[in-house]
Amino acid sequence: MLLAVSHSFLQEYWWFLVSLLASLLVFLLFVQGGQSFIFTLASNEGEKTMIINAMGRKWEFTFTTLVTFGGAFFASFPLFYATSFGGAYWVWMAILFSFVIQAIAYEYRSKPSNVLGKKTFEIFLLINGALSPLLIGIAVGTFFTGANFSLNEMNMGKWDNPWHGLEAVLNLRNIALGVTVLFLARLLGLMYIINTIDDDELLGKAREKTLINLIPFLIGFLYFVVSLLLSKGFAVDPGNGEIFMEKGKYMHNFLEMPLLLIMFLAGTLLVLFSLYRTLFTDHTDPIWYSGFGTVLVVLSLFLIAGYNNTSFYPSLTDMQSSLTIRNASSSLFTLKTMMFISFIIPLVIGYIWYAWRAINRKRIDKEEISGEGHLY
Amino acid sequence: MIENIDLSLVDWSRAQFALTAIYHWLFVPLTLGLSFILVIMETKYVRTGSEKWKKTTKFWMKLFGINFAIGVSTGLILEFEFGTNWSNYSWFVGDIFGAPLAVEGIMAFFLESTFIAVMFFGWDKVSKRFHLASTWLVAIGANLSALWILVANAWMENPVGMIFNPDTARNEMISFWEVLFNPVAMDKFLHTITSGFVLASLFVTGISAWFLIRNREKEMALKSIKVAAIFGTFASVVLIYTGDTSSRTIARAQPVKFAAMEALYEGKTNAGLTVFGILTDKAEQGDLDEKNIIAQIEIPGFLSVMTNGDRDSFVAGIKDLVYGNEEKGIMSASEKIERGKTARKLLLEYKDARQRGDNAEVDKLKTRFEDNNFQEEYFRYFGYSYINNPADIIPNVPLVFYSFHVMVALGFLFLLIQVLAWVFATNGSIVRRKVFQWILLISIPLPYLASVLGWLVTEMGRQPWIIQDRMPVGIAVSSLSTSTVQTTFWLFAALFTALLVAEVSIMTRQIKNGPKIEEE
Ligand code: HDD
Ligand code: HEM
Ligand code: HEM
Repeated sequence: MLLAVSHSFLQEYWWFLVSLLASLLVFLLFVQGGQSFIFTLASNEGEKTMIINAMGRKWEFTFTTLVTFGGAFFASFPLFYATSFGGAYWVWMAILFSFVIQAIAYEYRSKPSNVLGKKTFEIFLLINGALSPLLIGIAVGTFFTGANFSLNEMNMGKWDNPWHGLEAVLNLRNIALGVTVLFLARLLGLMYIINTIDDDELLGKAREKTLINLIPFLIGFLYFVVSLLLSKGFAVDPGNGEIFMEKGKYMHNFLEMPLLLIMFLAGTLLVLFSLYRTLFTDHTDPIWYSGFGTVLVVLSLFLIAGYNNTSFYPSLTDMQSSLTIRNASSSLFTLKTMMFISFIIPLVIGYIWYAWRAINRKRIDKEEISGEGHLY
Repeated sequence: MIENIDLSLVDWSRAQFALTAIYHWLFVPLTLGLSFILVIMETKYVRTGSEKWKKTTKFWMKLFGINFAIGVSTGLILEFEFGTNWSNYSWFVGDIFGAPLAVEGIMAFFLESTFIAVMFFGWDKVSKRFHLASTWLVAIGANLSALWILVANAWMENPVGMIFNPDTARNEMISFWEVLFNPVAMDKFLHTITSGFVLASLFVTGISAWFLIRNREKEMALKSIKVAAIFGTFASVVLIYTGDTSSRTIARAQPVKFAAMEALYEGKTNAGLTVFGILTDKAEQGDLDEKNIIAQIEIPGFLSVMTNGDRDSFVAGIKDLVYGNEEKGIMSASEKIERGKTARKLLLEYKDARQRGDNAEVDKLKTRFEDNNFQEEYFRYFGYSYINNPADIIPNVPLVFYSFHVMVALGFLFLLIQVLAWVFATNGSIVRRKVFQWILLISIPLPYLASVLGWLVTEMGRQPWIIQDRMPVGIAVSSLSTSTVQTTFWLFAALFTALLVAEVSIMTRQIKNGPKIEEE
């Protein structure tokens, strides 16, 4: 083909794209975070409807990003797709389940004759809002803490316990990440409410809630980051592909790839700044700082999990089965073909941005919600 | 090499996939077709500026939204099920099969979901033209997603553009264009989207007929019938045409499926096309010595003509394909099994040599794998090495045969209905033709039936293969316990059924409410 690119470059390129999708997904979990507040933030039907409609105009993005994340992972690192989804079956199924009930909940909640009743659909939104960020965090935690699988010589995976992924909740570090993602999503949800809803009372309450949700977020985040930096990690010998344990592996990765360290720190600062701005100013724009910060932090974490001769999906059962971006990737040809397709991504981001702005030009208020039109 | 796999696990995994795919497919075709009908209606609104067209568009758009949400949620499960339930498959072919799924996400789903938000919420926020463009983009996005998923599906039936790599133990892509322009994919794409167009047309004409029966919203109903009937007539013609070309490609790519569709046991020259037939209960798998078909109406010679364009050409029957037919140059299944075993043995030797570090042997075996002749004459039959009995390559003939024939009959019926609807709507007589109105109304479920039958032909007809000739379904599953899959099966069955009930109930209610154009 036209371009002489190496397999290892493409593996890194695709790991970057998958990581980018993951970090956008975590940002877009603000929809879930917002959903988790429908019973506790709103004190009447009107407020509830405003929150649900604010989130409802964006749920498709989170959902589609999740789908595309799955598809892109399948195409670029099929061995991960096969091993993790087929092995950690229950965790992924629980995540999927919680998204299935979300997709219809918006459309059906307020429609007459919806059989299950308005309340049921609201509970669906709550389940999705609380469960999916928590579980996604736990599942991503296993990228650092490892999972219980082994591969045979045909690269076919086997899970070594009947829990099929549920055992991941027994690991404190996974839980810390789950809690972090959950409360981050909630904070982002509050900031999005502040950004799009034009209602002073609701905004005041959202600011109050920010303070309470800040605490578990910070505890989870600190615990996760500190324990990650101090822990051993699964390293790869680039010569023969052998996996071995290295002390302070993730710390080394940050030090050896200072750009990622800068990204991580800048992202953290942006998130903290957005929290300051939410709590101590009247601005409605903190979501953009925290959004950008979230993307930077998650991206840097994913990149230290995969780059610099690290195993991004370590095996606790059989260390040599651990997956790396080298041994789990698609062929050179496929990655290259997909690279050409990935060139349309800026276009996609462009039109999403354009359409997003067109819809958000006017903030949601009581009047709009009581008018006719498409309402959730 | 491959551990013993529990058969009930395979069956439950199949059941779960079939369940989710069929649920998905109950909603997708309406999206595919209705999105274009919305495009036509909104274009009329933008051209004429008539509020009536706007309300008509909005009415159908509401139904579109109700249907769309559940289509999306069932699709999510499917996307991940390749990994969760068919993980061995996902590795064996992920290098090729994953790509269309990724492209689908990047190219189609984002287009669809971004502009659907504009379509629903943008009426008062963006210009008329931008809104119309959004509706267009939703329709294009939906149909593009069909393209990519069908490219993936067609590849399973006619694997092209790849080579087996013994080092990674998987198939790897060598030509993206071959995968995309796979003849099976092109037929399948056109046939499937037009089946969605026809289904949506019959949905619109059926509901409009209900308004006529009820004497409500006459003007809207008449306008909608006209748009849908014209759209549906053209779509029906393409549907039948591409159905025919699909059969022809299948005759080449999947001859056993083709023979099963026609219940053709003995190969023939001058073969007749069975228009109607009844199979005996002996027609189950493997029972090749009995007479399997009774009461048959045939068009003589037509099958040969359809398949090869020549009355005197030979069409292979199931027996030829199982036992072989030397005269016609058809290899027997047992020969294919032998060749598959040879290929597998070589792979094992290769793996063994690698393990021992015997580099000379590795190089020697590697050249054999790279040899085109070996790939085409031996490795091509790799999947057969897992088949024990030659007759195991026969799918469930009665199911495939009946499904196919009912689908085809319905296809012609739909063309007739659409043409009549077009004529009666144009001369206005449809308003008083009560019987025809009822026919339109009760036809609503028929294209759903035809559609699911079409997929049964496709998916059951390719059994026992998950990838034609390369991989049987049995070895493709994830190693889970049967009870795990049973649990998720029942969870999904219960959830999807509840959602379906809710969907139908909401939809019915919205239809009853109507667009309320006349009351104003
Ligand atoms: C409204 C629905 C509908 C109608 C009326 C028809 N079809 Fe169809 N058919 C489908 C809906 C469908 C489908 C659901 O869309 C399938 C399943 C897979 C596919 O490619 O399309 C299908 C599959 C399918 C296949 C198998 C494709 C494969 O195995 O890959 C063949 C050979 C035909 N059709 C042929 C026909 C013919 C000759 C028809 C004549 C009138 C016809 N179909 C009408
Ligand atoms: C079995 C394989 C399939 C998988 C894995 C799959 C996957 C998906 C996914 C993940 C979605 C949700 C996308 C979103 O987030 O917006 C979806 C929706 C959709 N799929 Fe599928 N799909 C399959 C079969 C099909 C087929 C056969 C077609 C069409 C021929 C199709 C057409 C569509 C369309 C048009 C949508 C939009 C939503 C809707 O129609 O309700 N899919 N699919
Ligand atoms: C939406 C329309 C579809 C329907 C209704 C459908 C239906 C089915 C059915 C009934 C089965 C079970 C067959 C059996 O094993 O007994 C099945 C299996 C399967 N289908 Fe489809 N299918 C659809 C689209 C697709 C597409 C687009 C793909 C691939 C991209 C696909 C891939 C598979 C796979 C991997 C299996 C499991 C293995 C097997 O049983 O052969 N299907 N499908």
